[in-house]
Amino acid sequence: MTALIQLRGIHKHYGDYHALRGIDLEIRQGEFFSLLGPSGCGKTTLLRTIAGFETPSSGTLMIDGKDMAAVPANHRPTNMVFQSYAIFPHLTVAENVGFGLRREPMSKDQKTKAVAEALAMVGLSGYGTRAAHALSGGQRQRVALARALILKPKVLLLDEPLSALDKKMREQMQVELIRLQRTVGITFILVTHDQEEALVMSDRIAVMFEGEIGQMADPETLYRRPNSRRVAEFIGKMNILPGQVGMEGNRIVVDVAGLGRGAVETDQAPGGVVPGNTSVGIRPETLGVLFPGETTDRRVAEGVVDEVVYYGDMTYYDVRVPGVQQPLTISMKNIIGRPVLEVGAPTRVVWDERSLVVLSR
Amino acid sequence: MGIFATSPKARAAALVAPPLIYSLLLLAFPLVAIVVISFWTQSGLNLDRTFTTANYREIFSGPIYIWGNANRWGVLPLSIFVSATVTLITVALAYPIAYFVSFVVAPERKSLWLFLITIPFWTSYLIRVFLWKVILGYNGVVNTGLIELGIIQEPLNVLLYNLNSVIITLAHAYAVFAILPIYVALEKIDRSLLEASQDLGENRFTTFLRVTLPLSVPGIVGAVLIVFIPTIGDYVTPELMLGSGGRLMSNVIQTQFLQLNNWPLGAALSIITMLAVGIVSLLFILLNRRWLRGRA
Repeated sequence: MTALIQLRGIHKHYGDYHALRGIDLEIRQGEFFSLLGPSGCGKTTLLRTIAGFETPSSGTLMIDGKDMAAVPANHRPTNMVFQSYAIFPHLTVAENVGFGLRREPMSKDQKTKAVAEALAMVGLSGYGTRAAHALSGGQRQRVALARALILKPKVLLLDEPLSALDKKMREQMQVELIRLQRTVGITFILVTHDQEEALVMSDRIAVMFEGEIGQMADPETLYRRPNSRRVAEFIGKMNILPGQVGMEGNRIVVDVAGLGRGAVETDQAPGGVVPGNTSVGIRPETLGVLFPGETTDRRVAEGVVDEVVYYGDMTYYDVRVPGVQQPLTISMKNIIGRPVLEVGAPTRVVWDERSLVVLSR
Repeated sequence: MGIFATSPKARAAALVAPPLIYSLLLLAFPLVAIVVISFWTQSGLNLDRTFTTANYREIFSGPIYIWGNANRWGVLPLSIFVSATVTLITVALAYPIAYFVSFVVAPERKSLWLFLITIPFWTSYLIRVFLWKVILGYNGVVNTGLIELGIIQEPLNVLLYNLNSVIITLAHAYAVFAILPIYVALEKIDRSLLEASQDLGENRFTTFLRVTLPLSVPGIVGAVLIVFIPTIGDYVTPELMLGSGGRLMSNVIQTQFLQLNNWPLGAALSIITMLAVGIVSLLFILLNRRWLRGRA
């Protein structure tokens, strides 16, 4: 598949502030792509650059093979769902959804039909005559979606569309958005600071920090093989321990302080190997607590339970292991017959070198 | 103060009592007095207190006040026409200024601009009217300037002592009252709505027509009311700028009260004027309602 959107060396300066620092990006046709990062990382600026609301200081932006430098926002094949939804308060729901159809060469009946179809697509059939202000947050968002999708854009841009919704509504909309994207086949670019949202919804994610892309990968790679400490810390929970890394022949060998030595595969050091001191990341769910009576052929370290956080389906333990700098966070599923340990209980931690990630940067 | 120890209602009543008495004495009482007097008649130096609609019949029967004749408009329609023209000009000129301050001026400079706009109000209204006489007079700034430039040979007579000068003076005097409500309405517009409109294919001009203008209608209606209501009753400007020829409603009322000593007719004219203003304002308020419907 060829790239629908190509960004080459995009920089954006606001006076002295360097908001985008050389963004290179290719987004494919039909992809659900997310820009993920903490606030102020430039993700919204990048989205607004694609939409045409910001002009890059340098660099080129191509959409569908055409240079967008001279194309204003109202002529770009993109439509946007704004963070505030930007529903026109003086218009009804149907007038909002049909707002962009004015220039389309359609008859009045065709337009009415298109609006009804768009409303049906987002589950708002029969809401057309309602005043925009009489809608709930979730309904406003659906109106914003219908209003953008009715124009059949090549790219739909979503600026933190779920951040204003409560947790339950957000999770429901996540699923609906994925389904909608599969149905319409339009490329979606989502801006979010919620790593879970990005992991759930995206085909690929670009994690941004301070105007740069830290890592760009599919959700699984991003989660399992973060290429740097800041990506590892931003996405999910991660134990980050000091260690030593070095090459023995063509094998990479890691020595994690307090746990021990182990050989790792090349893909476990996605940021490259710089022999010497390094950070090593271990996800809580790849560690385990060995309950009384259980045995394992994996590697074991003795420790003491320092903290217990009970979530219902999961229990998070902080376990202190002699020689390890900070307590190891371990998540355990609460399966049948498995007790919840008390603080201060001696226990054994199971680990495996296959789950280590070398974080040189 | 025993009353403050009693029920919350009594306490509230005690608290609003002073301003209530004040407004009863200074607003309601004179208004009621005007209504009552309008149904009396003047007989010599005394008021004849028998109830009669004679004053209203006089107003509606002759050509002077309402109906006019072939050569001359009635005073009331003329006053409404002048006020309407002033309102139209003021609001039409105020809108671009309010738009400029709201959309073009940098946020940190906005209060400075609003402050500058109010500067003419530091001088008394009367002095500003006289200044316009200096500007528009026979040997005034405009005439002298045009002669110096060689555009005209003789001073123009159309500038002063006619309705033009009244309209110019009033339009300037009420500019701020029109700018501020429009500015407030424009400030309230969520800027992402303008981006949304652009995103949906409209250019800046069509965005203005389809989003900015409709959303600023409450401000326009406010400005229209604020300019229209006081200008129809404005006495100073027509008195000074109209010369001997024309009279507007306020001058006619003043003449009845203070020169002809006919309070009942003056009172009836005031009531008629108030009703006319009330009807026009009501129309605008209904319009405002229509636009306010569907607002969050």
